[in-house]
Amino acid sequence: MSETTHTSTHDNHDANAPKIYAAVLGTLLILTFITVAASKIQFGSGMVNVVIALTIATIKATLVALFFMHLIHDKAMNSIILVVSFTFLGVFLGFCYTDQVTRDDLKPLGLKVKPPVVAGAPSAAPAVPGAAPAVPAAEPHH
Amino acid sequence: MSDSVTAVKEHSHQHHDSNLQHHFATYEQQMDAGKIGMWLFLATEILLFGGLFVGFGLMQAKYPEAFVQAHHHLDKNLGFLNTVVLLVSSFTMVMAVHCAKTEQRRKVLVYLLITLVCAAIFLCVKYFEYEHKFHEGLLPGKFYSHVGDTVPHQFVFFSFYFMMTGLHGLHILGGMGAITWIFFRAKRGDFNHDYYTPIDLVGLYWHLVDLIWIYLFPLLYLIS
Repeated sequence: MSETTHTSTHDNHDANAPKIYAAVLGTLLILTFITVAASKIQFGSGMVNVVIALTIATIKATLVALFFMHLIHDKAMNSIILVVSFTFLGVFLGFCYTDQVTRDDLKPLGLKVKPPVVAGAPSAAPAVPGAAPAVPAAEPHH
Repeated sequence: MSDSVTAVKEHSHQHHDSNLQHHFATYEQQMDAGKIGMWLFLATEILLFGGLFVGFGLMQAKYPEAFVQAHHHLDKNLGFLNTVVLLVSSFTMVMAVHCAKTEQRRKVLVYLLITLVCAAIFLCVKYFEYEHKFHEGLLPGKFYSHVGDTVPHQFVFFSFYFMMTGLHGLHILGGMGAITWIFFRAKRGDFNHDYYTPIDLVGLYWHLVDLIWIYLFPLLYLIS
């Protein structure tokens, strides 16, 4: 009983598959039009436009993954692999981005002596060349 | 000698088909194993492109004006055309998989051919886009030689543009090779209702290449 039901739903799925694929293609093309149209409108800051474009792209990617890549009928393991890889891409992007926006401009280590030069009297300036030989002088001790 | 040959024959006869590897119990199990392998490979592909996407995002945050200026050199219409071509090729690819599963052998070949033609159109359009940029000196890094820029650092955009679309183009070429391979296997009559794993897996790869372009198109061509 359950065997026959299974087979008939399977055959149904196969028979309807081309229609579903065509509908998905149509939706993808419409979403592409919307992406292009939305890019021509300026929504507040440029950031809003990027978010809209990426949201539509993610909807399109989800449609491709679910129907063209068969994830909707597949074992859950394949979906898990895809979701996990995107999750870690998010971790990668998120940590790189927070690092980038929260740090001060990177300066070479040697420039650390500069602030006292600016803040202090002009007499502090000779101290910089003076400090430089002090490092090689320390090395013979090793 | 002849005993072992008979033994092998009997062994394969037990399975009724040489397409089922002896270490799998059923076709379903064999296909599931193949699919998991392909998905793991696709995960590494996502991370490979991910590095470029992250770098692109960081540099765009750093030089927003340069990126907006630089993207005006790209032809939105050609980018749009290529998006449509790739989406259609994804559709014909999934139809080829469907026809292989339902044993419509002629249609498999037709759909695979259309997919190949779409891939070729994509690369031709890309060739004309690249040629235009080479001509204008819109090249990556130190090769950038475009004159009359009002905003500096536009070479950064083109470094990412060429690395991302170039890597994607190489994937299209690889996909064309894979599709050609399964085209000849399908022509030879290798596939049937139980065994069409190679077409299915090449399809998965092809859809991922399409999926990456879905993100590349708005990020590169439609910045505002």
